[in-house]
Amino acid sequence: MSLFAMEGVSKRFGGVRALSNADIAIEAGRIHAVLGENGAGKSTLIKIMAGVIAPDEGRMTLDGAPVAFASPAAANAAGIACIFQELSLIPDLSVADNISISNPPRRFGLIDRRAQRRAAEEALARAGAENIHPLALVKDLSLSRRQMVEIAKALARAPRILILDEATSALTAADVTKIYGVLKRLRAEGLALIYISHRMHEITELADECTVFCNGRSVATYAAGTKTDNEVVELMIGREYNAVFPPRPARAPSDAPPLLEVRKLTWTNRLSDISLRLHAGEVIGLGGLDGQGQRELLLALFGVLQGTTGEVAIDGKAVAISGPYAAKRREIGMALIPEDRKTEGLMLPMSVRDNLSFAALSRLSRFGVVDRTAERAAVDRVVRLLAVRTDGVDVPAGALSGGNQQKVVIGKWLMMAPRILLLNDPTRGIDVGTKQEMYQLLRALANDGAGILFYSTDYDELVGCCDRVLVMYDGAIVRELVGADITERALVSSALNLGTEPAAATTAQAAQP
Amino acid sequence: MSGDWSYWLREHRGTLLAFAAFVAMFAVYAANHPAGLNANVATTAANKGVLLAIVAMAQTVVVLTSGIDLSVGMVMVLANCLASTIVVGSPAATALGVVGVLATGCLCGAVNGVIVIYGRLQPIVTTIATGSVFYGAALALRRVPGGDIDSTLADALTGQLPGGIPASLVLLAALVVTVWMPFRRSALGRAAYAVGSSEVAAYMSGVPIRRAKFAAYMLSGLLASMAGLFLTCVTYSGEASAANGGSYTLYSIAAVVLGGISLFGGSGSAIGAIFGALMFRTIGDLLFVFNVEPLWQPLFQGVVLVAAVCLGSLRLLRIRNRLDLYG
Repeated sequence: MSLFAMEGVSKRFGGVRALSNADIAIEAGRIHAVLGENGAGKSTLIKIMAGVIAPDEGRMTLDGAPVAFASPAAANAAGIACIFQELSLIPDLSVADNISISNPPRRFGLIDRRAQRRAAEEALARAGAENIHPLALVKDLSLSRRQMVEIAKALARAPRILILDEATSALTAADVTKIYGVLKRLRAEGLALIYISHRMHEITELADECTVFCNGRSVATYAAGTKTDNEVVELMIGREYNAVFPPRPARAPSDAPPLLEVRKLTWTNRLSDISLRLHAGEVIGLGGLDGQGQRELLLALFGVLQGTTGEVAIDGKAVAISGPYAAKRREIGMALIPEDRKTEGLMLPMSVRDNLSFAALSRLSRFGVVDRTAERAAVDRVVRLLAVRTDGVDVPAGALSGGNQQKVVIGKWLMMAPRILLLNDPTRGIDVGTKQEMYQLLRALANDGAGILFYSTDYDELVGCCDRVLVMYDGAIVRELVGADITERALVSSALNLGTEPAAATTAQAAQP
Repeated sequence: MSGDWSYWLREHRGTLLAFAAFVAMFAVYAANHPAGLNANVATTAANKGVLLAIVAMAQTVVVLTSGIDLSVGMVMVLANCLASTIVVGSPAATALGVVGVLATGCLCGAVNGVIVIYGRLQPIVTTIATGSVFYGAALALRRVPGGDIDSTLADALTGQLPGGIPASLVLLAALVVTVWMPFRRSALGRAAYAVGSSEVAAYMSGVPIRRAKFAAYMLSGLLASMAGLFLTCVTYSGEASAANGGSYTLYSIAAVVLGGISLFGGSGSAIGAIFGALMFRTIGDLLFVFNVEPLWQPLFQGVVLVAAVCLGSLRLLRIRNRLDLYG
């Protein structure tokens, strides 16, 4: 009998099936790896296990008895602890305070600091992080050390099942090695571990069993080591195609300098040595698993990150872009469609008209006064061009549907006729119809001479929309795929960094168009 | 473990800086006072300082949760008017009056808390509105200044102990030991810091967010009413003074900033705010001993405040992702 099992579990979000009829069985004293590409249902699965969301259908059993968790606290009480990617630590409190935050040891009603410190030291030692001082403030620790504290915090709750959701992605090499030892020891102590990682070599090193998810289904469970990497990739792909993409015109080679050229762009430890060339009329995709530095690359190009090194050239001339205001200047003409339209893209309570005009106000005004007539004409043109479905341009942007909000975000930047368009996963959470319109629009803009750099978590889009795709892994471009080479299989295997050719060779090719 | 002290220093840096700055300022003041530092000079200075210090403590507990309480001054004024009415008569009646004043303070804080937590209104708007209501109640109690307070109690709190120690300082120390320290060391106090530092992380960690906020607002009301009681002991009367209420509210925020408490919440200590308050008072006294016209006082207090805020924002220079500036 399994320690914990899920049978036939399904979950829908609106019209999207995130998980359908998924099965998984977890054994004590084993490390169970969960694999799958973006949106395969991994996150939904563990959120259900951890009590963050409730399943629509299916049953869960713990020690053979059916269970249901109403909250993360309930899952905790049942012995399931989860280490999420988003850190749940409180920056201004000490490490010891954080480790015992949900239930501090008390004496006479007050927190017993000595007992708390002992517990913290014990938990840190179990997590292999005894060199973190329990009195250190979390905000003074590096990301890697914080992640170690996060692991210690989970262990302090004495769980029977420990879920690690890409818990190693922020760790330094030294901490990763320690964590391997710790996880193996925990396994020997009889804990069940669920391990989600996109690093195949970690899975090879640690896992006893693997379950592969695809399209919200658990497609295969096998003992670790019984399948080759290629067979695993084969299991992970196979998404149904349901979108129609505009044709990609053949682009005549030209002698013009690239619209945007990036050489050896580096930022802290999140971006390393990024080089790319974007020509007028080209749509370049950014691929890879979520969180490999794609977002940072777009922000760096837009001038939001400080302390970047490397060179950026526009039309062959080196430029230093100091921020969004500089990026939208006529001679650069760069626009970024951000990831989160609600916080970074729109002022929700303000009208559609105001939202559309913001980025182009300086072009629509004379002597600092907005020219109302010019504004109205420009706004009307964009609303028609994008077919924004709205009850007039005076309704607040927040009243529009997700797809139409996204159109407003894009329309805002089209008002200033950008030459370089950076998009950060623009189709996430919008309906199929709007997606189609978006694909047509991107291609139309490119045909009119814009250069487009397009990050997407949806591999379909990368295959269907892009002339070239740059695949990122750990803050670097590891592979470039061109034309017919852009296939889902190639995208998945390079996203997992399983490419056979050395990465350096492909980037060198990329520099010679 | 060795090296504990360095972490202790790190955690209490703001408080220690406020303490050091106050000691330096006060030393200059005492050395230059025409009459020297005698017991009477110290007692007068202490009474003024302690009043603001208690209001600053009230402000601190709310600021720690990344809220703000703009009604502290008005709660103080209301408590002042109430105390000048009910803290009189026989010892038993006086004691009952004190309890009544403090209970009223708790009630005011609880009202703020309920509106902020369950009404989900911004603390700044809520407390401006409730502050106005509290002031209205104070005005209803005392249309014209007047009233009285039990003189034994008043003299005991504002006079000197044997040896010339100002009694008000002992009162302040007692408040720290009996109110602030237990709060800081309780699970609820920890939760208040957690909420102020990162509400999302606190929620994900199963911290009782609502209870922590409620406790903070209620404690703020309680401390503000103690300040009102103390004010009555100093003045022997009650006065529904809008100017007093408004300026004490603003000064309390100044004291909190000078005391090294982050207005974003989550870090700092009421002890820092106490020294911030004493420092703020000493600025005025310093100008007096150096024969500067009192008219300059607000200007100098403002300059010191701006300098303190600048010190507090030095960390922003280290930000690598500009989006973090606006997050």
